[in-house]
Amino acid sequence: MAKIECPECGEQIETTGIVTVCPKCGADLREVMEAVGHERDERMKTIVRDDSVTTHEFIVRTRDLKKIYVMGEIEVPALRDVDLDVRRGEYLSIMGPSGSGKSTLFNMIGGLDKPTAGRCFIEEVDMAQLDAFELAWLRCRKIGYIFQTFNLIPVMTAMENITLPMIFAGMSTDEMMDRGRELLDMVGLGDRLDHKPYELSGGQQQRVAVARALANSPAIVLADEPTGNLDLHTGKEIIDLLKELNQASGVTVISATHDLKMIDVSDRVVHIRDGEIERIEHRADIDLEVGGMGEE
Amino acid sequence: MLDVEGLAKATGAGGKEKIKIQRQITLPWVEAVRISVRNVTIRLGRTMITASGIVLGIAFLSSVWTSGVIQDGLQQARFEQERELVAATTRDQAKPDGGKTEDSAAVPGEEKQAQNSKRIWLVVMSLLVCGVGITNAMLMSVTERFREIGTMKCLGALDSFIVRLFLIEAIALGVLGSVLGTLLGHLAMLGIFALRERSLSVAAKMDWGQMLTYLLLCILIGTVLSLVSAIAPAVRAARMRPAVALQTEI
Repeated sequence: MAKIECPECGEQIETTGIVTVCPKCGADLREVMEAVGHERDERMKTIVRDDSVTTHEFIVRTRDLKKIYVMGEIEVPALRDVDLDVRRGEYLSIMGPSGSGKSTLFNMIGGLDKPTAGRCFIEEVDMAQLDAFELAWLRCRKIGYIFQTFNLIPVMTAMENITLPMIFAGMSTDEMMDRGRELLDMVGLGDRLDHKPYELSGGQQQRVAVARALANSPAIVLADEPTGNLDLHTGKEIIDLLKELNQASGVTVISATHDLKMIDVSDRVVHIRDGEIERIEHRADIDLEVGGMGEE
Repeated sequence: MLDVEGLAKATGAGGKEKIKIQRQITLPWVEAVRISVRNVTIRLGRTMITASGIVLGIAFLSSVWTSGVIQDGLQQARFEQERELVAATTRDQAKPDGGKTEDSAAVPGEEKQAQNSKRIWLVVMSLLVCGVGITNAMLMSVTERFREIGTMKCLGALDSFIVRLFLIEAIALGVLGSVLGTLLGHLAMLGIFALRERSLSVAAKMDWGQMLTYLLLCILIGTVLSLVSAIAPAVRAARMRPAVALQTEI
């Protein structure tokens, strides 16, 4: 993800934060990595800032959220009365087997689909009351989406994919280029500006997607199985990237997943089964080292 | 944990103002044209297949009109030759014979009328072929990109952006396909008649002013047809909920 230089032999190494010794001379790289990490944290803070005026404790709330899909004559309930509160700045994972309704919940929170009944609030705004323009604005400015299948626009380069939401937001061309470059640098693809999605690997495409999700400094990043199409290692990189963003900038990350690697980085894990919340695990319960969430 | 007060606040009317949900979402025309044109040029292979529906339809129309104009030109030339001949004969014989001249003028008139109705029939048929071909091409080009449309909507695109992008694309595709088709039909007919008459004089004999009008009409019809037939699928695609559009598998 980041390029660092070995202090002993000068070897250029691509690192994701997992390997801590130089593959060439075996020198300890932890100090260099920490410095690089710190620098990136600082940069991320300036790149992703939550500019919302208000500070409600909960950024997303759902009340009695219900979704029923009608397939022919059969009604399939996908969500049954889901009540969920997501704190600002939280890293929340929604876990569950396929068909449990986690993607449906993702769609409701993201304003991509309408619930059959119940309400969904984003920053205390009832999404059902928004008109098409406001909903588009919300999707453009407040929410960043990451998908399992990356969903980059195939005919556009990495740079163009990232700047598309900025065009919608009305940014000037110069601003767009600067920010696009900054974002691509941040996800470690600074040298792939003009590559088309098919010229990039799965992990690289997903990183472009992460950068695109951050284009307009959203308050929430919604990820639907972001690691579903990636191998173990690449998946870990994406998870780490999301976690870093979450910590450095305070952006709320909500991720639907069944990837167990997500548990390590999540503040809370919501287990969902048959359209209902089965239980909610707190980070404190999973990992005793971390001193809970503070506000509980 | 359940914050009752917050919930009450959220349901009130005040909630909306506080977060300042805004409405300014833009897609400048320049950007729209740039994206659409790139879409057309970048998948040129795919575009050509889509455009081939337009090309073939318009080529048919163009060929019907071209052959009409050429036949008219040839007939006119033959008629004038005949009249000259008749005039020469009458001059030679120095004996006016009006009835014969009238006869020879009447025959091509009748023939022309029969030809005209046949030609109108052909034009109507070719327009139908065009229409069906273009509608099908447009429907496919929109349908295969549902996922892309869903993604764009997630990124904050309004329904009207999607429609705008597809309509610009339809116009670009329409102009491209129509120009190609018109030239194809026109040149093919010109070639066929030149071979049949064993001379290139067919080109000289026809009414180029009329021909040009027909050719421009072909391009106009092709463009308008592709625009009109793109409206329905584009609007349908744009109105889809993003969740549904994203799930579409083709």
